[in-house]
Amino acid sequence: MQYMCLIYSDETTSPKPGTAEFGPYIKAYMDFTETIKNDGKFIAGDALQDVSTATTVSQRDGKVETMDGPFAETKEQLGGYYLLECTDLDEALKYAAMIPTASHGRIEVRPVQIFD
Amino acid sequence: MLPPFTLEQSLEKIVREEWGRILASLVKTLGDIQLAEDCLHDAVISAIKHWQKNGLPASPSAWLITTARRKAIDRLRKDKNFASKKDEIAYLLDLDNRSDEGDENAIIPDDRLEMIFTCCHPALEEKTRIALTLRTLGGLSTTEIASAFLDTPDAMQKRLTRAKKKIALTRIPYTIPDRDVLPERIFSVLRVLYLIFNEGYSAAGGESLTRTNLSDEAIRLARIVYQLLPAVTEAAGLLALLLLHDSRRLARADEDGEMIALEDQNRARWDKTKIAEGTSILEEVLPKARIGPYQLQAAISAVHAQSASWALTDWPQIATLYGLLYRIEPSPVVRINQAMAVSYASSPEDGLTLLDETAAVRKLANYQPYFVARADLQTRIGKVSDAKRNLNTAIGLTENKREKSFLIKKLHRL
Repeated sequence: MQYMCLIYSDETTSPKPGTAEFGPYIKAYMDFTETIKNDGKFIAGDALQDVSTATTVSQRDGKVETMDGPFAETKEQLGGYYLLECTDLDEALKYAAMIPTASHGRIEVRPVQIFD
Repeated sequence: MLPPFTLEQSLEKIVREEWGRILASLVKTLGDIQLAEDCLHDAVISAIKHWQKNGLPASPSAWLITTARRKAIDRLRKDKNFASKKDEIAYLLDLDNRSDEGDENAIIPDDRLEMIFTCCHPALEEKTRIALTLRTLGGLSTTEIASAFLDTPDAMQKRLTRAKKKIALTRIPYTIPDRDVLPERIFSVLRVLYLIFNEGYSAAGGESLTRTNLSDEAIRLARIVYQLLPAVTEAAGLLALLLLHDSRRLARADEDGEMIALEDQNRARWDKTKIAEGTSILEEVLPKARIGPYQLQAAISAVHAQSASWALTDWPQIATLYGLLYRIEPSPVVRINQAMAVSYASSPEDGLTLLDETAAVRKLANYQPYFVARADLQTRIGKVSDAKRNLNTAIGLTENKREKSFLIKKLHRL
């Protein structure tokens, strides 16, 4: 079954480029991605540009409304994702907990819906 | 002599006792709690009809599971995704063919442990874990569980349905968890049983029959987990603790349902059978030297159980046990109990010193038991005005009516 791991964190407290923590943080992500690829769990995964780049659109009565900013202003924002192939929730949770951001942010894990 | 059971009574008893075992086995086969429950319900309805006509079968539980499996085959064949269910159907048919051979244990393999790990999965809210455990392993009806939680049956039904849906959709497995997460998962299971017990125990005598039954149910389930996990010392510790606590059930409330403090309980009313069982389980597990909070609490309870009176209690030992417990579980309530034990083991002053030390490192300004304990110790050394001040603070922090009136009475006696 496919599980989406949505990575949420407070951008103001996440390691930033140019700081001492940033190098090891990126290295940890590269190692994690390597691990899940070797274990045959990786389907896809990306980091997103920070929330200041977000644009939200909606359409009501044929009219498109465009808004600067994320869907909801919250302290913790979506910063990236992994799509994993796992046998069950226990396995998905095990890998999700290994995502480097889990140590200061939060990972939301949800199964992908299958239409049959 | 007791009159013989009617058929309905026999069926109810069997369903009650065997529900968890039969359901767990069905869930393992079908991979779906809701479907398993529906099939077992169908089987129970069939049983009423068939047993009335033909009498009780030799093995009622084997009859129920065989029938439930056949109901499952029918339901799966009617399923619109019939093609995708071929494997399940073939497996069920195979089980059905084999069900006439062998003994009952072979027909109903014991999958209750897998099931309880699923029900107590951390991906479910704690209240949901409790409700689901009571429903699937305890065989309690949704209405019974709702009344235990003081919820409406409708709200409880929704909670259970949502949980079963989450288990199915996110694929929470029916397995014994991996070794690396096993300790925390066992902790979650034991905690659920402990909370079920407390739900029943905190209801003072006579308030509600269902609530008392929850304590019995928790003990029954703790016994099962203890048998299924013999290497887990805390499983033994929990069962011992529940038995020892429960031994005081009849002594802990008066006719009006008012709580009686341990100090004032009539010890002749303590249940000696439960004390003996709890103590013997504890004596067997303590030498294994893998101590945890349940074993320590059970040991404290056992010391009380063995004491002829409050005055003749081995307070130094209780103080030591609370000290050990505080190291594992550094909570204010443990510290306060330790301070009380120290006050009897050495002096009220030493008890107060311990409370002072705790207050210096922890925020206890809103913690009612802290002020009650202080007042108690101060009363014993004649500092009545300090005691009154602390009792007044405690009364201000108490919302529970019964407890409030208990404390006000105490204040007037000073």
